[in-house]
Amino acid sequence: MTHRFIPNTDADRAAMLKTIGVASVQDLFRDVPASAQLTKINLPRALSEMELLNELNAMATRNANLNEHACFLGAGAYNHFVPATVPHLIFRSEFYTAYTPYQAEISQGTLQTIFEYQSLICNLTGMDAANASHYDGATATAEAAILAVNAVPGRDKIIVAPTLHPEYRATLRTYLEGQDVKIVGDEDLKLPLDAILKKHLDDKTAGVIVQNPDFLGAYHDLKSTADRVHAAGALFIVNAYPISLGLFRAPGEYGADVVVGEGQSLGNAIAFGGPYLGIFATKEKYIRRMAGRLVGQTVDTTGRRGFTLTLQAREQHIRREKATSNICTNQALNALAACVYLSTLGKSGFKQVAELCYHKAHYAAKKINALPGYRVDLKKEFFNEFVVECPAPVSKINAALESRKIIGGYDLSRDYPHMKNAMLVAVTEMNAKEQIDQLVKTLAEATSSKRKAKSRK
Amino acid sequence: MSGNKTINYASDRKYSETHEWVKMEGELAVVGISDYAQDALGDVVFVELPKVGATVSAGAQFGVVESVKAASDIFSPISGTVAAVNEKLSSAPETLNQDSLSAGWIAKIKPSNPAEMNKLMDAATYQKKIEAGEIH
Amino acid sequence: MTIVANKPEPIIFELGSKGREGAALPDCDVPTTKLPNHLIRDELNLPEVAEVDVVRHFTRLSQKNYCVDLGIYPLGSCTMKYNPKINEVAVNIPGFARIHPYQNHDTAQGALQMLYELQKMLGEISGLPGVTLQPAAGAQGELTGVLVIRAYHLARGDTKRKKVLVPDSAHGTNPATSSMSGYTVVPVKSDARGNIDLAELKKIADKETVCLMLTNPNTLGLFEENVQEACKVIHDVGALVYGDGANLNAIVGIARPGDLGFDVMHTNLHKTFSVPHGGGGPGAGPVMVRKDLAQFLPGPIAVKRGNKYAMEMPKKTIGRVKSFFGNFLALVRAYTYIRSYGKEHLREIAENAVINANYLLARLKGTYYAPFANRACKHEFVLDGTPFKTKYGVNTLDIAKRIQDYGFYPPTIYFPLIVPECLMIEPTETQSKESLDEFADALLKIAQEAETDAQLLHDAPHDAPVTRLDEVRAAREPVLCYRD
Repeated sequence: MTHRFIPNTDADRAAMLKTIGVASVQDLFRDVPASAQLTKINLPRALSEMELLNELNAMATRNANLNEHACFLGAGAYNHFVPATVPHLIFRSEFYTAYTPYQAEISQGTLQTIFEYQSLICNLTGMDAANASHYDGATATAEAAILAVNAVPGRDKIIVAPTLHPEYRATLRTYLEGQDVKIVGDEDLKLPLDAILKKHLDDKTAGVIVQNPDFLGAYHDLKSTADRVHAAGALFIVNAYPISLGLFRAPGEYGADVVVGEGQSLGNAIAFGGPYLGIFATKEKYIRRMAGRLVGQTVDTTGRRGFTLTLQAREQHIRREKATSNICTNQALNALAACVYLSTLGKSGFKQVAELCYHKAHYAAKKINALPGYRVDLKKEFFNEFVVECPAPVSKINAALESRKIIGGYDLSRDYPHMKNAMLVAVTEMNAKEQIDQLVKTLAEATSSKRKAKSRK
Repeated sequence: MSGNKTINYASDRKYSETHEWVKMEGELAVVGISDYAQDALGDVVFVELPKVGATVSAGAQFGVVESVKAASDIFSPISGTVAAVNEKLSSAPETLNQDSLSAGWIAKIKPSNPAEMNKLMDAATYQKKIEAGEIH
Repeated sequence: MTIVANKPEPIIFELGSKGREGAALPDCDVPTTKLPNHLIRDELNLPEVAEVDVVRHFTRLSQKNYCVDLGIYPLGSCTMKYNPKINEVAVNIPGFARIHPYQNHDTAQGALQMLYELQKMLGEISGLPGVTLQPAAGAQGELTGVLVIRAYHLARGDTKRKKVLVPDSAHGTNPATSSMSGYTVVPVKSDARGNIDLAELKKIADKETVCLMLTNPNTLGLFEENVQEACKVIHDVGALVYGDGANLNAIVGIARPGDLGFDVMHTNLHKTFSVPHGGGGPGAGPVMVRKDLAQFLPGPIAVKRGNKYAMEMPKKTIGRVKSFFGNFLALVRAYTYIRSYGKEHLREIAENAVINANYLLARLKGTYYAPFANRACKHEFVLDGTPFKTKYGVNTLDIAKRIQDYGFYPPTIYFPLIVPECLMIEPTETQSKESLDEFADALLKIAQEAETDAQLLHDAPHDAPVTRLDEVRAAREPVLCYRD
């Protein structure tokens, strides 16, 4: 019996081989060296759908999922509410089993949704053009650096703030590995942005990359930074958390030339880190230096509005080794999720999500700061994420939280060795007051028992 | 490529193998792309011009012409300094299709080595080479 | 197409009315904090629509799309096979869809086990045991692979290598990747049989060669008859062979690139391993390498220590190519797919993909010019539309547009670049004989129409939601976002 996903039967195949004019399927593989042809392969046995589902469910059960746990972990991947419209629409066959809209006439669905996504992102970021092509926040950031280096000829330096996500900084370095570009700014993780610019910003600088709110949650007023970067002739690249833009000023308003970000929070499953969505938007001036697919509005031969891939001469399939990037993907399904998400929440709902994040996070921060041994810098401006200085190692505290079905914050000592016992806590609209109160209570218990243990010694 | 209309191999100028033309106007060398090249490219949608004041050398890339389905580098046929560029091409790239031999000029170069002109082809040689398929 | 499909659909901003809401969120249940007014935005232009407006808008838009679930989608080198529905059930299990990448990995052992098993399976299928699941797409897999090769040369103190050899039939991503990696691209010609030109390869390959990027079967749909010799030429100059795995569907379970001489390759999980294409993405492009190259792979990589799984960075890793652990849900789908086929059935994928392609070629080659029909093709084949152009003034674009009127997606056109007026057709193994016959009949009918009514083809498509679009206008005056 042939496998269930293959429709043809032995009789079908026999008829086809006859038309082809060969005796057997082996005749079609004569050009594959006989010595390299496999006789067997070491894989597990085939499973029926029923057996496979049982196995997958058994595997999934061994993962603590966020339906059953309160989540205070963010650090680039956030637990936000996803309206029912999103999964319903993105799992329509017409969207998820189509490909890149090469044939525009019968791909208008994908094309118009990407155009709408581009428009929504432009409105959020205050930019003129956006694409839907990047894999995630890390790679979008790296491609923004490449844009800067190409846009400002003769300059070979990129300055990154140490508070740009550590994995984004790592990805940036890998991407620029083969090119003669220096990446500086994060050699001293403690240095504030002003001091970094003073040290590095010069006429060799092509771009400056800042995350806002930064990886540690702090929100910065970046207008004067943008002016300073522009005065030096460099591009100002802002990595923004899209939900925060429901409340805070668009980076375009304070001088960003390129806005990038992780689009996961816009309706995409948290899914152990992917697939996510790289937000990438820029000003009109730099459109032709953008990587990836762009959709443009035009008309058909009868004058009707229609959409098509455009400005393709930038891309790898035409410009080959001179292309702006090797990117071929457009992250269309994730962009569609973002598009449906932003449309469903709309003007008031999206703002409300941002406000809920803000108020709940501030409530949590104040409560935690009031606990003995814990400290949060409440003078710093932040959105929904903040650093908690803890009286014990974060791993120990998180273990205590785990026993109460709470997923605690990110252990900052992993990436910032000077931040011992520092936990990055994220709060979203998904955290009801009772969850926050439970978190605060468990934090208190975790350390009071610890203090008791200490005093017994 | 369309093969339907006649290509104008204007004989008052020199040509490069990469389909640029040069014509001296006083001190300056005016540079553009040939009628054959614009026809082969199809509808031009964008032209990236060199910068005024830039130093260019013969055979080096100094601009780009894009059509919907192709991108083609423009090479400077002569060494020198860019004295002027045709800004009109930025807002109206179709000028290159309409009139690549005059209104669609790309740049004016002050030559640093005018003798380089002698290395370029005359119109008849350029036409012969294209028709023989020696250059594409 | 349904009745609403051809009606223009307004842009989302043109729908709804002021004050309309599509979602209700809970009231704020904590005391509020004063907002920093000087940092708050004044306006936010987002749609104001009800839930039903959203659902109807996107449902109507969806009906303007052709898709695999409607019929054959024969884009060459894209492997648009049927996407099994169990894959989608799998990715919606909360234990996969609702887990945080940074949660304590002791509480994500099922996810790590899945990654570990998938690494092993891809290592076995490719014959290259070092596997990273990080890359998010084929193009990113290529970049990863070339950077791994770069690290390999540098680790040996070999700093002189600068040239990447790329056949003229290669995907555009190959040269673009090479220049992103800081290398110069040297094209290699194809010979009359559609293979890489071995004599030229011998001339070009030298001590400055970084690697050869080879797609096998190549984009003409032909298995490289000299693949083992080509690999030897490259290895003899100390360079490595990179395999672009875009076309793995032709040989999966039949032969392993690692056994043929490849050192590094990527595989597109959205091609061979049935991850849906999603309108262009997300995909995934894991990279497999020779055992000794595994130390350079980007991580983290799933490892097993005793009974416990963990994520670790390889010793001399090139670093990260993206955040977190690769496109996890794409990996879940590929895992599900390979477990469905198992060791018993895997080779049936390639066998049936190749039978289907050769059958379609056999039905078309008398009418369409098939430049390499003297050989068996693999999973895809190319046709050259030049005779139609010369005889009837009908070009390949016209043929492609007319195919839409028959209710099919057209093949890849004008690629590879070395075949003028190219139609590149890949039916995949998930087409039945009768669906191939329907498609072949349509193409044969179109060939007749080209002769008798060329205008019908010039004006096609006639039945799609829109007619041909003005691409020149789109590019000359780009309108990339909605402005009212």
